[in-house]
Amino acid sequence: MNSAEFTAILGAGALLAGFLGALTGLGGGVVIVPLLTLAFGVDIRYAIGASLVSVIATSSGSAAAYVKEGFSNIRIGMFLEIATTIGAICGAFLATKTPAAAIAIIFGLVLLYSAAMSNRKRTDAHLGRAPDPIASALRMNGSYPVGDEKQHYLVRRVPLGFGIMFGAGTLSGLLGIGSGAVKVLAMDEAMQIPFKVSTTTSNFMIGVTAAASAGVYLSRGYIDPGLAMPVTLGVLAGSLLGARFLVQAKTHALRIIFAIVIAFLGIEMIYNGFTGRL
Amino acid sequence: MPAIQEMDDTVIDARISVLLRSGMILSAIVIFIGGALFLLHHGRSIPDYRVFHGVQAPLNNVSGIVQEALHGHDLGIIQFGLLLLIATPVARVLFSVIAFWMERDYLYVAISGIVLVVLLYSLFVHRA
Repeated sequence: MNSAEFTAILGAGALLAGFLGALTGLGGGVVIVPLLTLAFGVDIRYAIGASLVSVIATSSGSAAAYVKEGFSNIRIGMFLEIATTIGAICGAFLATKTPAAAIAIIFGLVLLYSAAMSNRKRTDAHLGRAPDPIASALRMNGSYPVGDEKQHYLVRRVPLGFGIMFGAGTLSGLLGIGSGAVKVLAMDEAMQIPFKVSTTTSNFMIGVTAAASAGVYLSRGYIDPGLAMPVTLGVLAGSLLGARFLVQAKTHALRIIFAIVIAFLGIEMIYNGFTGRL
Repeated sequence: MPAIQEMDDTVIDARISVLLRSGMILSAIVIFIGGALFLLHHGRSIPDYRVFHGVQAPLNNVSGIVQEALHGHDLGIIQFGLLLLIATPVARVLFSVIAFWMERDYLYVAISGIVLVVLLYSLFVHRA
């Protein structure tokens, strides 16, 4: 296979990953590393480098749409980005010291977790409870549009959310993913932010978090132009297409199928990690 | 009320949206041009990513990449496009620092300032 064929096939795979990722809300980045390592035999360090840049591309693309609609909360996002960016740098340094097999196993576990989380019913916590005084001091409590009205919400358990966000950042830097599933856990479960706000704010944060580890990846030679080019352009085009189809598509069945694929890839990564093939 | 204070969160939101979208489009165009040149020159070469060697200088640091791109080298142009992509969220944080400053919200000037310092540290300060 020469470079032209490799680029075309990889670009098509990345396009499909981005398309399904946007349609199901799971993000395309999470399947890029398994695709590159399992199907194309790419070394996992090049794979997480290419995946990380594609994550930044989709985050900027989707955040641009969400921020405009007024769902994402810039103050919550900015405050939590202190935790995720510092975590991301730690994770990226950790990646350079961790054996490839261990990274593959951790990656597999995160895939299984993401698959399990994706079909969970998300219901908003009962509104009107007392906010965390830290959230009030940091002016995080906000509102989002519901028709012509504004729905107000209060933010709770800021230190717990901040701690989980540090973990989300570390995973992002270690594995070259957006770790949206962990970010949503911190905001939904710990801080009890309404899911419309948490999903869009998480999207908004993913790009900044990934940019923090990108510097470390770049200097360690993880970001290869020949590999990152088709992956980034493919995922970006796929996710823009996916967002366009999102309105009319019936996503429930698709989510289940994509979750099964992700779980299968997770098991495959863990198996290959233990047998030393990655 | 002074005009400066009228720049509320919705105005900031709209500007951030434009910033993110333009950064994304611009970097995609640059990566595409570099990619087209790369395939034109090296389309028949055999790619090998099975063994990790690590991308070497000058394509592994900001100043080296800018130099390569200015010389019109295909891989340098792709890498420069990827740098623009990485720089987009950094520009977004810088914009937030300025916007919070104009709102006189100094608490959030400090918070977004910390995030900006962390990002700049990753891109420029540390060396492998």
